[in-house]
Amino acid sequence: MRNEMRLELDALSINEAFARVVVSAFVTPVNPTLEELADVKTAVSEAVTNAVIHGYDGAQGKVVLHGILQDGLLHIEVEDRGKGIEDVEKAMEPLFTTRPELERSGMGFSFMEAFMDRLEVRSEPGEGTLVIMEKQFGSQGQDEE
Amino acid sequence: MEDRFHMIENYLMIRMPEEIDHHQAAALSAGADRYIMGRAVKHIVFDFEDTRFMDSSGVGVVIGRYKKIACFGGSVYAVNADPQIMRIIQVSGLKKVLHVVEEGTNA
Repeated sequence: MRNEMRLELDALSINEAFARVVVSAFVTPVNPTLEELADVKTAVSEAVTNAVIHGYDGAQGKVVLHGILQDGLLHIEVEDRGKGIEDVEKAMEPLFTTRPELERSGMGFSFMEAFMDRLEVRSEPGEGTLVIMEKQFGSQGQDEE
Repeated sequence: MEDRFHMIENYLMIRMPEEIDHHQAAALSAGADRYIMGRAVKHIVFDFEDTRFMDSSGVGVVIGRYKKIACFGGSVYAVNADPQIMRIIQVSGLKKVLHVVEEGTNA
């Protein structure tokens, strides 16, 4: 089975929860475990939050959530057309944050990396950011029962 | 929001919301800080009984409150954390400062 979806959201913090609900519903057909579901929700929440806070910095803009589910593999992309990231490698370091005044933990990318099987970040200053993540469902198999 | 917070002696008890993300975090931190500034808060207990989701914004809330009380010898505790919340606590390294109280014991 192959299923694909594309959703465009306003870059508002209220849509962080909405994006989580959407991705939860999208992966339902592969019967994710509670842990797998929590992993995907957390990763998507982090990516959308980054777009809202860092990509657009409170300004208006759109966040695109693009998902493909095929043979138990979720491929999900979160894209914004915001200000982009100057140094992607640095941004991905644990605890790094450009906005200490917001009391962010600096763990957004670390969580995406920890909870998904694959994480790729493409970004250029002024060009926006594309976060690509993948997760294989059912890989923990029977020992989850 | 205000009934999330109550004091037991010098412990601030915070009943955490169902979902703790960036959208929720600012109001939660501001509410807690009003107590920390206004009352004799020494320790903080985060009660996750209602919480089904937390991302790195929630980690920021806990670390931020810890920094405000740690210099006066205060500690932070977590109670009623379900397996998902425990996972966030572990992966984030929050466990280094956050004392997780197991069920059936008291903070």
